[in-house]
Amino acid sequence: MKRIVSVLLAVMMVSTLLTGCGDSADKYPNGEVNVLNWGEYIDEDVIPEFEEEYGIKVNYKVCSDNETLYSTLSGGGSDYDVIVPSDYMISRLISEGMLEKLDFSNIPNFSDVDAKFLNPAYDATGEYSVPYMWGTVGIIYNTTMVNGDITSWSALFDKQYAGQVLMINNPRDAIGVALKYLGYSYNTTDKSQIKEATDLLIQQKEDGIVQAYVMDEIFDKMEGGEAAIGVYYAGDYLTMLENNPDLAFVVPSEGSNYFVDAMCIPKGASNKENGEKFINFMCSTDVGKDNCESIGYSSPLMSVKDALDPEISGNPVAYPSDEVLASCEQFINLPADILEFYDSEWLRLKV
Amino acid sequence: MKNKWLSVPYIVWMAIFVVAPLILVLIYAFTSRSGGFTVENFTTMAQYVTVFGRSFFLALIATLVCILLGYPLAYYLAREGAGMRRMATMLIMLPMWMNFLLRTYSWMSILENTGLLNTLFQKIGLFALINSVFGTNIEYFHMINTQGAIVLGMVYNFLPFMVLPIYTVIDKIDYRVIEAAQDLGANTRQVFRKVIFPLSLPGVLSGITMVFVPAVSTFAIPRLLGGGMVTMLGDLIEAQFMGSAYNPYLGSAISLVMMVVVLICMAVMNRFGEGEEGAVVL
Repeated sequence: MKRIVSVLLAVMMVSTLLTGCGDSADKYPNGEVNVLNWGEYIDEDVIPEFEEEYGIKVNYKVCSDNETLYSTLSGGGSDYDVIVPSDYMISRLISEGMLEKLDFSNIPNFSDVDAKFLNPAYDATGEYSVPYMWGTVGIIYNTTMVNGDITSWSALFDKQYAGQVLMINNPRDAIGVALKYLGYSYNTTDKSQIKEATDLLIQQKEDGIVQAYVMDEIFDKMEGGEAAIGVYYAGDYLTMLENNPDLAFVVPSEGSNYFVDAMCIPKGASNKENGEKFINFMCSTDVGKDNCESIGYSSPLMSVKDALDPEISGNPVAYPSDEVLASCEQFINLPADILEFYDSEWLRLKV
Repeated sequence: MKNKWLSVPYIVWMAIFVVAPLILVLIYAFTSRSGGFTVENFTTMAQYVTVFGRSFFLALIATLVCILLGYPLAYYLAREGAGMRRMATMLIMLPMWMNFLLRTYSWMSILENTGLLNTLFQKIGLFALINSVFGTNIEYFHMINTQGAIVLGMVYNFLPFMVLPIYTVIDKIDYRVIEAAQDLGANTRQVFRKVIFPLSLPGVLSGITMVFVPAVSTFAIPRLLGGGMVTMLGDLIEAQFMGSAYNPYLGSAISLVMMVVVLICMAVMNRFGEGEEGAVVL
C-alpha cells in the first residue's frame, strides 16, 4: 500500500510542471482522467492499455499515505478524478462531504466484487467506493533469527529480541498494535487505553527492543537480515519474500488490522465519467490479475482470485481464512480529539 | 532605468513564492481550528521544548564539524593551481547532482549493522583483532539509528555549502595584503591568524548560515539514519501537515517560532562578526 518513495514524489512534482501541455487531441479524443494512487500500487503496463482502449489520457500521480492525500484534497487546488484512499480515510472523506456518489451503471464490473466487501463499515451505503485491494497487517520475521514460530504480538515486547524489532513509523498502526496486544480495539476512543498502549511502547523502546521506526525502509532491512522482526503489510511481505526466502509472515493470534483501499471520486471532479470508466477498467479480470501479480496485494474481485495461480490464491498470507479475517478489525475514522491525543502520545514516545 | 526593469520578474517571483507564503504562515499561526484569532498555538508549545533543543543542538554540532572539515579544505583549495581547483570543485559538486534522499538512503546501507562498513571491518579481521586484544565479543559497531548518524548525514549533505563560500572568499583575498604582512615580518602562523582568517570570516559566516539553517529543519535524515527514534523539528512540523491530526495552524506556529529563533541566532552571529573583524555578511 504505502511504498513511500518520496523521491518519486519529488519527480512527480517536477513532471507536473513539465507535462500538461502538448498532448495532441486526436490521440486522446475522449479527454483525460487524473488518477492519484499509492506508489508501486499498480501494474504500470495497464495505464497505456486503458489509454489505447478508451482514447482517454491518464495523468497518473502517486502519493505516500492517506494523510498526505487528505491534506492534498483539503488544501484545494488539486483536481483528481480517481483516488484510492484506505477505509478509515474514506469514512472521514464521506463524513466531510468530500466524495461524489458513483454512478454504478458506468461500472458494470462492480458485480464481480466479493459480497464480503459490499457495504463495508467505512461506506455503509456502498455509494461512494469500489474496493481495489485489501490485505492484513502482521508480523514479518526472519526464521533464521528467531526461536521457533512467532504467533503473538508478544514477540515484539520480548527482551530476547533486543535491538531486532522494527516498528511501523506512524501513530495509528504502532499504538494500534499495542492496543491489540493488550486486548483492546484498534478503534478505541478510551484515552486511558491509548495511554496504556503508549506506555507499553515507551517501555519497549526503553528496553532497547526497538531497532528503528520505519516505513518502506523495512524492505531493505528485512531483506538484508538487518532485523529479525518487523510489523508491516502482507502484500509487502510477499515482495520481500522474493528477495529473502527465510522470511515468514503471521497474523498474530490476538488479531490484527485488515485494510481495504477503495477507488473513489472526489467532490467536484472535472472528469467524473472518465473516472468511472477507469474504475470499471481496473475491475476487469485481466487488469485486476495483472495488478495483483505485480504488487502482491489481494483482490476483492472473485474472478481475479479464480484466475490467479492457485499458489497465490491458495496462499493464506494473500488470502487468509475467514477465521483469521474475523479476528481482524478495520480502522474506522476517529473523532478529532482522539486523533490529536494519538499525536501527542506519539510525541511522548518519541521525545 | 533599464536595470530596474530587469529585476521585475525576480521581484514578482519573490512576492508570490516567498513573501506571500510567509504571510500565510503568519496568518495561520494565529488562527484556531474554527477559524478565529488565537494565541493558543503558541501557549501549548512548551511541550516541544525538548524537540527544539535537540534540533538546534544537533544542527550546531553538524555546523561545527562542517567548519572543522570545510575550512582547511577550502583554504588548501584556494592555494592550489587552476587544474586542481577545477577538479576538486567538481568532486565537491558531483554528489549534489544526485537527489539528496537517494544519497541519504545509501548511507543507511553503509552504516547498518550488517551494512557495508561493518562487513568490511569484519572481512579485514578488525572485529577478530579487537576481540582477541580486549577479550570482548563484538560482531559489529553500532552506528545506524543513533544521533551520531544523524549528525553524519547532515555533515555529509551540507558540507559543500560550507566549503564553497569559504573557498570563494579566500580565493578573492588580494595576495598583496599577504605579501605586505610578510614584508612586515609576520610568520606563516601570524599571517593566517591576523590576515587570512579575519578576511575569510564573511565566507565562514555565510557558510554557517547555509549549513545551520537547513540542518535545523531537516526531516528525512533523522528518519532514515536516526531510525525515527526521536522527533526533530522537521518531523514535528511535517506531522502537523501530513499527520493524522492535520493541524496546519499549529504547524505554522512551530515554523514561525523556528524561523524567529534562527533569525535571532543569525543576528547574534552577524553582530559578533561585525564587532570583531568588521566583516560584512551575506
